[in-house]
Amino acid sequence: MITAKNLTKKYGSQLVLNMESLEIPKGQSFGLVGNNGAGKTTFFSLLLDLIQPTTGHVINHGIQINTSEEWKPFTSSFIDESFLIGYLTPEEYFYFIGDLRGRNKADVDALLYSFKDFFHGEILGQKKYLRDLSKGNQKKAGIVASFIGNPEVVILDEPFANLDPTTQIRLKAIIKELAAKEGVTVLISSHDLLHVTEVCERIVVLNKGEIVKDIQTSEETLQELETFFGG
Amino acid sequence: MFKRFIGLQWKSFFRSSSFGQGLALKIVIIFFGIYMLSALVGLGIFLYTILRKIFPDQGPMWVLSQFMVYWVLIELFFRYFMQKLPVMDVKPLLSLPIKKSSITHYILGRSAVSVYNFMAFFLFLPFCIVLIYKGYPALNVGLWFLSVMALVLCVNYVNFIINKSDTALVIIGGLLLGLYALDYFGVVAMTEFFGPLFHGLYQYPQMVLVPISMAAIAYWINYSYLKNQIFLDASLKTKSKEVKTSDLAWTKRFGDLGTFLKLDLKMIWRNKRTRAQVFISLLFVFYGLIFYTQEEFVSMVPMLAFLGIFMTGIFLTNFGQFVPAWDSSYYGMMMSQNIPLRKYLESKASLISVSVVVMFLLTIPYVYFGWDVLAINFGSALYNLGVNIPVILYFGSFNKKRIELDKSPLGNMQGTSATQFLIIIPVLGLPILVFSLMYYLISIEAAVVTLALLGILGFAMKGKLLDRITEQYRTKKYGMLAGFKEKQN
Repeated sequence: MITAKNLTKKYGSQLVLNMESLEIPKGQSFGLVGNNGAGKTTFFSLLLDLIQPTTGHVINHGIQINTSEEWKPFTSSFIDESFLIGYLTPEEYFYFIGDLRGRNKADVDALLYSFKDFFHGEILGQKKYLRDLSKGNQKKAGIVASFIGNPEVVILDEPFANLDPTTQIRLKAIIKELAAKEGVTVLISSHDLLHVTEVCERIVVLNKGEIVKDIQTSEETLQELETFFGG
Repeated sequence: MFKRFIGLQWKSFFRSSSFGQGLALKIVIIFFGIYMLSALVGLGIFLYTILRKIFPDQGPMWVLSQFMVYWVLIELFFRYFMQKLPVMDVKPLLSLPIKKSSITHYILGRSAVSVYNFMAFFLFLPFCIVLIYKGYPALNVGLWFLSVMALVLCVNYVNFIINKSDTALVIIGGLLLGLYALDYFGVVAMTEFFGPLFHGLYQYPQMVLVPISMAAIAYWINYSYLKNQIFLDASLKTKSKEVKTSDLAWTKRFGDLGTFLKLDLKMIWRNKRTRAQVFISLLFVFYGLIFYTQEEFVSMVPMLAFLGIFMTGIFLTNFGQFVPAWDSSYYGMMMSQNIPLRKYLESKASLISVSVVVMFLLTIPYVYFGWDVLAINFGSALYNLGVNIPVILYFGSFNKKRIELDKSPLGNMQGTSATQFLIIIPVLGLPILVFSLMYYLISIEAAVVTLALLGILGFAMKGKLLDRITEQYRTKKYGMLAGFKEKQN
């Protein structure tokens, strides 16, 4: 379970995030929607202790993330390409992450095998460094790397952006499957309303750093979101 | 059109991030630039006198001509690392209505005004003026100067032709060493063979046409090659070679540290800048030859301590001062992945330790210059291991500048800030001060033992020191992350 209390982030006098309270129960698939500058990435960065909150704090499974590092073993994420190590091949990168998460080569290989379709033959065995892959393929590698080691919390920032249609559809299936697993909390953000409504049980809309909507996904959700953003 | 290109150039220079760097660094760079310039001009002015003094029975021009071949080869060798054709900058111009031929001329012309070419200019111009002043025929000297500048351009353009292959580098390096060896051991007097060739440029002024036409040919080869290559998928695309991966399975023996050690080794080997760092460090082993062979320096005992600290610690300073900025492009991942910060630092410390040991082993042959030298180097190595490694890692926590690993290696100021200059004081200055004090107060033995003991003490407290450093990295984490995010050009 993830809770944020009185979480704010200010840059100078500009308030970029202002969350009075947010609770994400264990096992929920949680979607974050908002226009550019709404505070999505800021929130995720706070979840990962990459930036310091101005006030408040985040608690992840009972661990306050800015005072302890104990949340790291069960939390994994892919925010952007800066999570990739450019001079490694995708395989080496996966094994490296595997090492960090106590998975040996065979474990990682087994996991990678299950993503064969998702990779579409463009990631493994390419004899290329990650930095030389296309943006879309880099993203694929990063997303799959975040699944290594059975994390309980998976945070993906804009996972659908830059992916081709086939991969987007496959990724949706993968995220649904992941979210269906017992006890795995998936947090994603997206600009694509259709994708999030399909994948997430709950959608929170951020606008200028504030939570303006908190919806349990239903048939009408997409309509509701479209009206909100369209109006 | 060219006027507009120059305008672009101007802006790219004055608006580049390196120009916007901190004031302290800017001053250091300017100071360094002035120093280099005056050193070159000074050398140019005194070159005549120096040559006269060393080779009293030969004309300076003749002596210089003999060594020209080495100069050309050395320039080629170093330019290989330092100079790249600035092709990437023209990407935005491609879709604009500009003729490909003018873009090509622009790229090539721009490379002619590079710093490296000016170095020769500032060296030889004063030299030639002195020659004329000394009564050498002005026509010959003037045209010789032209020839030399043409040679420089020749080197400039040949460099771009061979730049694509590592084989060329090996050949040049081999040629350089080979020629020198042949010369040195008196097998074939290469200088005597090449001397007249280069001297001919001075003796027969009409010969100026040879280097000029050579430069023109090199330019033309570049031009015709490049003109057909200015496409996004040809020369402008960053080449990606097929990657050979190695498992580095032996790193497993180091347990948890192995994971990071493996990553660091791959980082060093697969990125230009880090790889250059290793080569430079290895080259500095020969630094001792300059000093140990000269009486004045050997009698200055603190100088020996400097050499010891410097030679065994060259990789330590070169590499260590940019920890953790080497990992800046993925620092966010490192900080949110399941990585204990301490393990990360420990692995860096062990990597640097290995380098210190290796550098010490490489300096062992200097025992030829006396047991003192070996003892001092040993003491220095211990000091580096025990004290300087924690010191440099500690200062690393002040790094906030991003390093783009795959950017060109030398003359690259990326990641540099005033810290990098300040760090010299504790790393180099402190041990030399301690050493000198003990040496002048007691004896050389006491001085060496003191350095060694300090090192051992630091080594004994390694755990505590690393804890402290880890804490420091933790508190500085957010600043580092924010700093590393800021991309520079």
